[in-house]
Order: sequence, then structure tokens, then C-alpha cells
Amino acid sequence: MWHFFHQLGSPKHFYRIAGRWIPWLAVACVVSMLYGLYQGLLVAPTDYQQGDSYRIMFIHVPAAWMSLFIYVVMAGAGAIGLIWHMKLAEVVAISSAPIGASFTFLALITGSIWGKPMWGTWWVWDARLTSELILLFLYLGVMALYGAVEDKRTAARATAILALVGVVNIPIIHYSVEWWNTLHQGPTVTKFDTPSIDLRMLIPLLVMAVAFKLFYVVVLLMRARVEVLERERNTQWVRELVGSP
Amino acid sequence: MSLNEFFHMGGYAAYVWSSYAIALVVLLANVVAPVRQRRKLFTQLARRARRERKKL
Repeated sequence: MWHFFHQLGSPKHFYRIAGRWIPWLAVACVVSMLYGLYQGLLVAPTDYQQGDSYRIMFIHVPAAWMSLFIYVVMAGAGAIGLIWHMKLAEVVAISSAPIGASFTFLALITGSIWGKPMWGTWWVWDARLTSELILLFLYLGVMALYGAVEDKRTAARATAILALVGVVNIPIIHYSVEWWNTLHQGPTVTKFDTPSIDLRMLIPLLVMAVAFKLFYVVVLLMRARVEVLERERNTQWVRELVGSP
Repeated sequence: MSLNEFFHMGGYAAYVWSSYAIALVVLLANVVAPVRQRRKLFTQLARRARRERKKL
């Protein structure tokens, strides 16, 4: 087990192992996504209040969950890179940023499209929406900062600090619907004691959440592999890899 | 449920399907970006390898 983790820490072995995992994870992702879409678009009943517009939820909510989850992973990996100077953690952190930004964008835009028929407006400056928008800017800031610094290791350290400072926004987003009176509805899934959602709606929602998580892992590994190659371009193993592709 | 009803989405078709279309585009972009980056890097490294072989 230790041997395995030790190997995973080495860029060369990470490159090889990730390459082997990607196809399997991609298959699992596609299968779960198709199942989630089938359940969400065909099996789940129409909502008695929102009609069929609520089906936007099956992408909006998992995307919003991922926007928070990826940020925590990014900041956590950044911290590990800062403390233990682990190269692979730096790679994971910086590779997560564009994926997290895209999920944040997706959560915002689908929320906006859902808001128009339900609230009568594309956008309101309420706490949930505003804090999620700040999250998008944090991701973009991390990406811009990383791109602005020439030396990759210095850049990784600087972005890790920015990402860690931005963590303060995560609980604000999560509790915004409880701390302030927002137009955005409160949580319906996380209060498991009194389930306020039909099981036929809950299942596709959770399946889509799993599918999105798998998707994140797949594209993270893809990005991380390229980043590893880029950083290790002058090493022997990369030269051999390019010499005999 | 008929196919028409499915696409109609109870009158919310424009909202629901545009959301799903945007989601599809975002997901695809996430897959395409690293594939293209990887290809670019490989051509770059292969060119360097050829240059170095010439020198020898």
C-alpha cells in the first residue's frame, strides 16, 4: 500500500498509472451520466409547483456542489504542496482550477436560466448568487496568477496561498441561504431527517452528482498528466516517451 | 409520455434544453482542452528531439 502511494507521488509513475485509470473512470462516468439523465428526464415526475422546469436541477445542483468540492480539493492540494513541497499536489491544485471555474460557470448560468421562469429574473444580487459569483472570480484569479508567474514552482506557491485565503468563501456560500433571507431556496437534500424531495427526483440527482464527480476525476487526471509532462520535459523519461510514443 | 411531450417539457423547453445544451458544451470543452494541450506539447517535444538528433 505504501509502495503504491510512494509510486503515485513520483511524476513518472503517476503519468503511467493515471493513463491506465482514465479509460475505466471515463466509462463509469458516461454510464452513470446516461443513467442519471434517463432517470431525471424520463422517470422523475413533474414537480407540482415548478412543472418540468425543475429538471434543470439535475445539472444545476451537482454543478454547484462540484464548484465547492473542487475548490476545497484545490486549496487542500495547494496546502499540501506548500507544506511538504509535493510536486504532484501542486499539479493537482493547478489542474483543478479551470475545471472548478467551468463548473462554477455552469452552476451560475443554469441557475440564471432556472431563475427566469421561477423568480421572474435572470439575476438578483442575493447572498447565494453573489458569493457563488465571487467563487468564479477566485478560480479565475488563481488561473491568472499561475499564468503570470514564470517559474512554475513559485507560481504554485503563490496560487496556493490565494486559494487558501479564498476558502473563507466556501462556508459563506454554503450557509448563505440560512444566514440571510435569500431568493434562493434553502437546502432540500442535506436535511435527511425530513426528506422534502421525492425519491424519484432524489435518485437521479445523486446519480448525476456521482457522474459529475467521476467527470472531474477524469478530466483532472487528463490535465494533470499534461502538466506533469510540461514540468518534466527535460527529464530522461519524458525524452524516452517522446522518442518512442 | 409521447416524444412531443418530452421535448415540450411542459412549456419550459427553452429553459430546460438550453441548460442541458450549455452543460454539454462545458463538459466537452473540459475534455477537448487537455487533449489539444497534450497534442501541442507532444509536437513541441518531438520537434525538440529532432533538432537535438540533428546536432549529434
